[in-house]
Amino acid sequence: MANKVIYAVYEDPELLKDAARKLVTAGVRVKDVFSPFPIHGIDPIIGLKRTRMGIVSFMFGAFGLSLAILGTYYMAIYDWPMNIGGKPNQFYYQNVAAFVPVLFEFTVLCAAHGMAITYLIRNKTLPGMPGRNPDPRSTNDKFIIELRTEENHGHAPEAITAMLRETTVLEINERQY
Amino acid sequence: MNFTISKRASTLTLALIIIGLVLAVIGVAGDHTDHRQYSWAAFYTNALFFFFIALGTLFFYALNHVTETAWTVLVKRVYEAIATYLPWGALAVLVVLVAGSMGLHHIFPWMDGRVLDAGDPDHYDGHIAHISSYLNKPFFWFRALLILGVFVFFTRWFRKHSIQMDGETGDTLVRSHWKNYNRSVVFIVCFAFFSSVLAWDWVMSIDPHWHSALFGWYVFGGMWCSAMITAVIFVLYLKGKGYLPQVNANHLQDMGKWVFAVSFLWSYLYFEQFLLIWYSDVPEEAAYYFGRLNHHPWLTWVTFFANFALPMVLLMSRDAKRSPKYLIFVGVLIFIGHWLDTVQMIMPSSLALHFERIGILEIGFFALFLGVFIRMVLTAFTKAPLTVVAHPFLEESVHHHI
Repeated sequence: MANKVIYAVYEDPELLKDAARKLVTAGVRVKDVFSPFPIHGIDPIIGLKRTRMGIVSFMFGAFGLSLAILGTYYMAIYDWPMNIGGKPNQFYYQNVAAFVPVLFEFTVLCAAHGMAITYLIRNKTLPGMPGRNPDPRSTNDKFIIELRTEENHGHAPEAITAMLRETTVLEINERQY
Repeated sequence: MNFTISKRASTLTLALIIIGLVLAVIGVAGDHTDHRQYSWAAFYTNALFFFFIALGTLFFYALNHVTETAWTVLVKRVYEAIATYLPWGALAVLVVLVAGSMGLHHIFPWMDGRVLDAGDPDHYDGHIAHISSYLNKPFFWFRALLILGVFVFFTRWFRKHSIQMDGETGDTLVRSHWKNYNRSVVFIVCFAFFSSVLAWDWVMSIDPHWHSALFGWYVFGGMWCSAMITAVIFVLYLKGKGYLPQVNANHLQDMGKWVFAVSFLWSYLYFEQFLLIWYSDVPEEAAYYFGRLNHHPWLTWVTFFANFALPMVLLMSRDAKRSPKYLIFVGVLIFIGHWLDTVQMIMPSSLALHFERIGILEIGFFALFLGVFIRMVLTAFTKAPLTVVAHPFLEESVHHHI
């Protein structure tokens, strides 16, 4: 039996959520959901893990802060001590207040850019990457559930399709891969 | 469900009040400063701190009306109850201002008429004479009474109107909601202006030679932050007692987020003020930090790190904001941090070198005010249902999910 992927197309996120809830309750694993906008509350239904983006953001922020400390230290204390309003500048801590705006901005810069780039790479949506969208209508006004038979050995493909027919589904497409 | 004050809470707050009174009386009796200035300043510090909590809460409450925030509807009564302390807090502040006007203490040097008398070289102060078109008693009292009158009016109106909304349905309820919205817009506009004016008048004028353009925002940041912490602590207390059953981890996380966010607002303003003064190093501006950093370095640094680094590190993760025990622990720490901030705002300016360290007077008055404050808020909880009965956003708030 060849592996099949089943796409169930819905017209409304609420209808999709009801259908997904029903499938998951029956023990069917939902591979993914495609929609033109984020559907609130879909993550726990299809069992998505919590995003680790916050940790990524913190790591990039910490990296940016370290880099900024190193940079200000090297430029303004070590290599070319700056005379700021006649203040002593032999040691970093004596001038650290003056560097705080730079440290802050650089931390934010690295955290924001690092997070955005990580997000694009992880989703495989960097500019120029081929689209992985199964159905272009899911970028417009349709909401699609993706199921794979190889992940659902407990259920016959016909049984899954029958289950989908019971929901307010618009159309069901199957594809070999 | 209606709230009843537990016997334990009643005893504990009464104990706080009595301990506070005893400490304060001992402190006042042993106060040898001129005009018992130390006692007045310690009283004023705590009067302002708790008044600011009520005022910050009222501001956030009105802000929720203006932005039509739905998730706070479940905890609306908690904000209202904290704000009911405002008239009494205003009274405590007024006592100090009236006493200053009558010459019973010299926390506000410009209130002494002799500083304006050019024929009295011992007391004459050219700078105060220069700014006396703004800092004079009649104009000061006009501003003070206007500000307090407006704030007290809105506190009472919001509370009355909210309880009235409990009995409404349908179109009447929606009209009431829009009325809340409109009045809150007026309040926010007044507050935006008055919060800066009261910071100049009641706090910055203790040091009439020192000016800071963003002092009003800095005071506002502090009052907002302490208000957010107080609300979290009360909500957690009520939840611990089994009240507010519909408030869940999502609401707690959002309240925690506010503490986190507003802590940054305060830190930003505090540091911005410091940075500009440190950088330019103009003597009349630097005098403010010179005294604080040289004589009370621990107070300045503990204040800054307790209110900046602690919330940043401790409240960053999602789990931290969702755990009641953890949140209450951090909340109490920052609450004390903002009390220290008020102490370092008022005490060194009022007393110069007479203020050496925090003693029984500050702690005594703190306990006294805290006891009265908690008792009043708990009493206000008993006066109305803890969850609003009717509100256009009630359903949305119950299903809040982040």
